[in-house]
Amino acid sequence: MSDITQGKHSGSLLTQSAHTKKRNAAETRFKAYGIAAIAVSLLMLMVLVTTIVSKGLGAYQQTFITLQVELLEKKLDKKGTRILADIKKVSTFGYAPLIKSAVTAKVEELDIETGLKSKQLVGLLSKGAAAQLRDFVVNNPDRIGETVEFRFLASSRVDGYLKGRVHRDSIANDKNISPEQLDLVDALIAAGVVEKTFNIDFIIGADASDQRPEAAGMGVAMLGSLSMMLVVLALALPIGVGASIYLEEFAPKNWITDIIEVNISNLAAVPSIVFGILGLAVFINYMHLPMSAPLVGGLVLTLMTLPTIIISTRAALSAVPPSIRDAALGIGASRMQAVFHHVLPLAAPGILTGTILGLAQALGETAPLLLIGMVGFIASNAPDSIASGLMSPNSAMPAQIYEWAKRADPAFYERAWGGIILLLLFLVTMNTVAVILRRRFERRW
Amino acid sequence: MTTFWLVACLILLSAAGFALGRHRALASAGGQVRNLHSLPNYYGANVALSISVPALAVLAVWLLAQPMFIETRVASTIPSHLIPENTNIGLVMSDIRRISEGLNIAISQGIMTKSEVDFLDAETSDLRSRLGSLGIALGSDVRPEILDAARSYRSMSHDGRLMMTIVVGLLALIGFSRSYGRTDKDYRARNVVERGVMGLLIVAASLAVLTTVGIVLSMLFETVNFFGQHSWRDFFFGTTWAPNFRGDSELSMLPLLWGTLYISFIALLVAVPVGLFAAIYLSEYATAATRSFAKPLLEILAGIPTIVYGLFALLTVGPMLVKVFGRGEQGLLGLDWMSGATSVLTAGLVMGIMLIPFVSSLSDDIINAVPQSMRDGSLGLGATKSETVRQVVIPAALPGIVGAVLLAASRAIGETMIVVMGAGAIAKFSANPLESMTTITTRIVSQLTGDTDFASPETLVAFALGLSLFVLTLGLNILALYIVRTYREQYD
Repeated sequence: MSDITQGKHSGSLLTQSAHTKKRNAAETRFKAYGIAAIAVSLLMLMVLVTTIVSKGLGAYQQTFITLQVELLEKKLDKKGTRILADIKKVSTFGYAPLIKSAVTAKVEELDIETGLKSKQLVGLLSKGAAAQLRDFVVNNPDRIGETVEFRFLASSRVDGYLKGRVHRDSIANDKNISPEQLDLVDALIAAGVVEKTFNIDFIIGADASDQRPEAAGMGVAMLGSLSMMLVVLALALPIGVGASIYLEEFAPKNWITDIIEVNISNLAAVPSIVFGILGLAVFINYMHLPMSAPLVGGLVLTLMTLPTIIISTRAALSAVPPSIRDAALGIGASRMQAVFHHVLPLAAPGILTGTILGLAQALGETAPLLLIGMVGFIASNAPDSIASGLMSPNSAMPAQIYEWAKRADPAFYERAWGGIILLLLFLVTMNTVAVILRRRFERRW
Repeated sequence: MTTFWLVACLILLSAAGFALGRHRALASAGGQVRNLHSLPNYYGANVALSISVPALAVLAVWLLAQPMFIETRVASTIPSHLIPENTNIGLVMSDIRRISEGLNIAISQGIMTKSEVDFLDAETSDLRSRLGSLGIALGSDVRPEILDAARSYRSMSHDGRLMMTIVVGLLALIGFSRSYGRTDKDYRARNVVERGVMGLLIVAASLAVLTTVGIVLSMLFETVNFFGQHSWRDFFFGTTWAPNFRGDSELSMLPLLWGTLYISFIALLVAVPVGLFAAIYLSEYATAATRSFAKPLLEILAGIPTIVYGLFALLTVGPMLVKVFGRGEQGLLGLDWMSGATSVLTAGLVMGIMLIPFVSSLSDDIINAVPQSMRDGSLGLGATKSETVRQVVIPAALPGIVGAVLLAASRAIGETMIVVMGAGAIAKFSANPLESMTTITTRIVSQLTGDTDFASPETLVAFALGLSLFVLTLGLNILALYIVRTYREQYD
């Protein structure tokens, strides 16, 4: 090593040569790239979560307008007989004048100066206000003639004004609202007539037509998702566990078993939309099951989650040590008894964890549901029985979110983000349960 | 009787059979379990399985086979002059199905009586408007032949259901009487039950194969139909995608494939470097604390449903990109390159974010599988950590990393919601990432949603696209597997 004392490498060990500096700089850069990559990913996660929360929380609050409506007998029940059939003959158009006069009366009572016509006054309310009034009267015919206090939904523009989505300068071309109306809203807020409160209807309510974003809710779509998950659980768990037990415990090592195994691992990587095509072709086009039915959705999602469940169940089964099987066989159990009495119970926590994760995957899946028609209609009625919950058309949570995102009115976007909060809450809960189960019951040998 | 109640009855019957079989076995042994060949529950299970399994199997096969059988029978009665030009029998059959469904509804609501339906005259009864009032919309007035076909369709499905109920019931009874009759203290119930359970397990395992067969057959069948109506040359080698529901569409896959590959390329451009560097940092540099903090957070990104990413692309990333690259003078850069929120870049960026955890967790596993002794050797020779990673760890892990990238590419090509919401609907060959383009999955969704008519090439093309997608992703997966298996270094 004579060159230590000669040439450019001469000098102290404590001073770095140019070459070493370069190498160390490269080292620092490389490490920085890694940190940057992690930072970028976590930043994206944060941006995503903040976007969802900041844009979606608004859906859980809604603007209401409190009005005293006089239920005029001469409009609602001309004969005064209180016969329900006669009262039902009055359509929602018949209730509109009552609301009109109630709004006008409120404005006069509060002594607010406004140049608005009564039609524009009613425009502050949701288009569903008359239907709400009619429902009340049909259910309580004996209250006709009284003056009753109602909390009506405000129209989505008024709601957007209170939530900061609608501004005076953003409504220049908006036919549905005018600056004068917003002035009136300001006055009504000051008087406490218009207020923003928690909106339980978003969670339990049904979807509404695209004229009334303020009334749309996730409730019915949640029931649709629930029915689908029940189908998935009822089919995928037994089939998946059965298939895994066979493949892990009994299958002889031959080419048929190989084919099945390769098949399952390939199915796990098939794009989800292909399962939708399968569902459309087989369940709807060939077997003539009803379009948009949660049963069909459940069947499609079952096929989709089956590989996931099989893979995790096999992992759980193979984690049970062979000594357990040997001990069972040694004291006279049959192979079937050894598996069902000893291996399966010991593998149960792992199987359950895998099943929950599979269900979570199925719950968030949208693409196959588009093809079997769970999008594009208004899921307005909650199913009244289990059978109709499975067979009658419904939506599902992700499909409902997609449906809202497609609609033209930006007021629906807030609903879509709000729906995502709900969906993610479900997913987080399921994943947490899975993690807890794993931590609590998993045994290591 | 509906299928639901039939199944419910079978379950009840099996439960009763279980109790009866168990009781009879115990009685034959004089109440002493030790005199029995098998445990008492096995005798019960034997009876219950004999009742339910054959009956349910026949039920399932019947439900699958009956529609096909009836359709071919009814279709053969329809004279060919009734089939409108440029369509096929499927359109007429769907009319027939709708009429027969309408007649069923009319009877169940009491609007028509059964005999009235039997003597209905298509010329005089104005069936179209009457069914229309029940919510059954028909495209044209009902011809007598069609009405006849609908009536025979209705009666055949009715008879078929009745037959099915009888056969299934009979099978259940036979199963019960045979197994119950055999129940005796010397009967080897456990062996029989175990053989039956084994059979069920095999059926469960082969369902996965059946699913694949179902996927391939259903798509293949409709694809062949499609190529009967549309030239395959145009589909594979044409350059225009212009579906036109009045017929005469140009349906070729290449523009869609271009959009798909372009978006996937951008997604990989984001995901591979970020994911790979994240994996390297986590496995080579990070302390245990950092690792246990960052890894689960990264995996959250993988657990978020794609609809969320789709909404993020449509409502957040798209408008943000427009603000940067578009709007002319009002934009951030004063450019006017981008007009709408949907673009290749929008979808690609968001898909890239989605794929980061996929790439990083796969690469992480692979990098961790490289033995520590190789790192120690390299470090001992004086290499810095980054030199070790670049010159020792990465080359050793390369086959696995390439496999991971291919798997990510397969995910990107098959991804649907992000491109449906973020990529747009215009099929074209363009290299500008700020333009909106469309993909295979987007077109499948748009051709198959809404009212679809399974006779027109515009609908059937979706199946050809689906099959191409299936083959493409399957090919990538197999290639990934092959690379990993062939080029993997074995360290032991």
